[in-house]
Amino acid sequence: MTSAEKNRIKDKLFGYFGLACTLFGIIMLLVFLSDIVMKGWEKVDFDFLTNYSSSRPKKAGIYPALAGTLWILGLTALIAIPIGIAAGIYFEEYAKKSKMANFLEINLANLAGVPSIIYGLLGLQIFVRSLNFGASILAGACTLALLILPIIIVSTREALKAVPDSIRQASYGMGANTWQTIWHQVLPASAGGIITGIILAISRAIGETAPLIVIGAATYITYIPEGPMDKFTVLPMQVYDWIGMPDPEFAKNAAGGIIILLLITFLLNGIAVYLRNRWQKKVKW
Amino acid sequence: MKRVLMICAIITVLTTVGIVYVLFSESFSFFQQVSLWDFLTDTKWSPISTEKHFGILPLLSGTLLTTFIAMIFAVPMGITIAIYLSEYAPKKFRYYIKPLLEILAAIPTVVYGFFALTVVTPFLQGYIPGLAGFNALSAGLVMGIMIIPMISSLSEDALYAVPKSLREGAYGMGSTRLQTSFNVILPAASSGIIVSVILAFARAVGETMIVTVAAGNMANLTADPRETVATITAFIVNMSTGDVPQNSIEYQTIFAAGVTLFVFTFLLNSISFYIKKRFQEKYD
Repeated sequence: MTSAEKNRIKDKLFGYFGLACTLFGIIMLLVFLSDIVMKGWEKVDFDFLTNYSSSRPKKAGIYPALAGTLWILGLTALIAIPIGIAAGIYFEEYAKKSKMANFLEINLANLAGVPSIIYGLLGLQIFVRSLNFGASILAGACTLALLILPIIIVSTREALKAVPDSIRQASYGMGANTWQTIWHQVLPASAGGIITGIILAISRAIGETAPLIVIGAATYITYIPEGPMDKFTVLPMQVYDWIGMPDPEFAKNAAGGIIILLLITFLLNGIAVYLRNRWQKKVKW
Repeated sequence: MKRVLMICAIITVLTTVGIVYVLFSESFSFFQQVSLWDFLTDTKWSPISTEKHFGILPLLSGTLLTTFIAMIFAVPMGITIAIYLSEYAPKKFRYYIKPLLEILAAIPTVVYGFFALTVVTPFLQGYIPGLAGFNALSAGLVMGIMIIPMISSLSEDALYAVPKSLREGAYGMGSTRLQTSFNVILPAASSGIIVSVILAFARAVGETMIVTVAAGNMANLTADPRETVATITAFIVNMSTGDVPQNSIEYQTIFAAGVTLFVFTFLLNSISFYIKKRFQEKYD
């Protein structure tokens, strides 16, 4: 065999190996999803969605956890979206090429890499104790809002960056000032990208467990929260609680909770991917 | 308007200041009672036993053990997938497969923990004698599956950014795709790939729920992946679920563990940021 032939065989083999590795990830995903569905499917019915937590696995449901997740989701979005977009605009449109901008940039890169559990410690000390929010929805939402802020800022910046400078120059040429240009031209043109980033950030917040455990959110809640100062639990925490139960029957409950959690996560991610593709196709400068 | 926007941007700085302040002020009281030397060299960690020990080494070893298992698994897989998708795969295949891989990164980590505990551990126990019910191996492997898409997608971006002319030059010399990938493209994209690996490393070090659920909660200075260990993050979670009175030394251990974790990930993130900035404009 000549060395050229050998090389061609090696090349082919690596191609198969690469394909195998790629498929391995997908297969793990499928194994994993089917396992969860097999364990938890029998659990998922109307009662499961509307029952309160219970020490008896057959009666235990996710109603308070689902309500808590919706509360946390709404309040976190309310806090994080305006601040995130505003900060993203500042970073990209105002703070270009200064010492300050450089510092903000390094800081942002680092924040994005801080483990979520550290945000929990921050929330515990600042929101729960110093500001006296207690282990309330408000404290949880503030903590998660800080956690997803870097994600929203980064994706907002990416979306703004994709708007070509000619649009800005044309707007300035018509006599618009910086803010008018941003508000009437740049933001509408980048809305698709910004919204995609926001949805992905929110979906991240829904799956977070560790920071909420650290701020002391309860796992056993027997009522539906009615205001932002109420105590709460969320779906991933309910799942975590059930995983830790000695009675193996609770594993089914955990799997059932996971099915609902994954449905919400996949739905949000699906919307985000759809918006991203549509937006990329539509906008061709 | 600029003012308002600036205030929002400054919140990110305040977050950092807040994190540093909270971690260091609480740890400060901790280190008034436990010397830094003991903290770094004592080989036992038992803050709630009657005989108290505050050595971070067992928690650090648990963290590094699970992290290394994840990395040994995920780095070769992730980079191979990146090369395959950018140099080998048909465009259509890539278009459909990438979102599927990204789903792996979107799954909440507590779900991975459940998977590690109820599927991977029982499966491995059939092959590995002496594998504990809670063990570093399953947690590490599942964590590896979680970070594969992170490495593969960041590495692929780096490979993609290598100018076409380099590829065509190599093909023109008669190289195969494999030779081109490993001798030309990979070296040219090395900074981006190193960044992706460091970021994945930092992610694994800070990962919490998988190790809490599947690796256990026993501070254990060991390198044996079959054993039950506790990571820094798992310790913080377990300590938080119990009732610990505020201002007690037990309460402060959470922050001492937190500061160790923060310093660690901060260093990793800074290195990756430096590499990214330093090599970013190589082809511009």
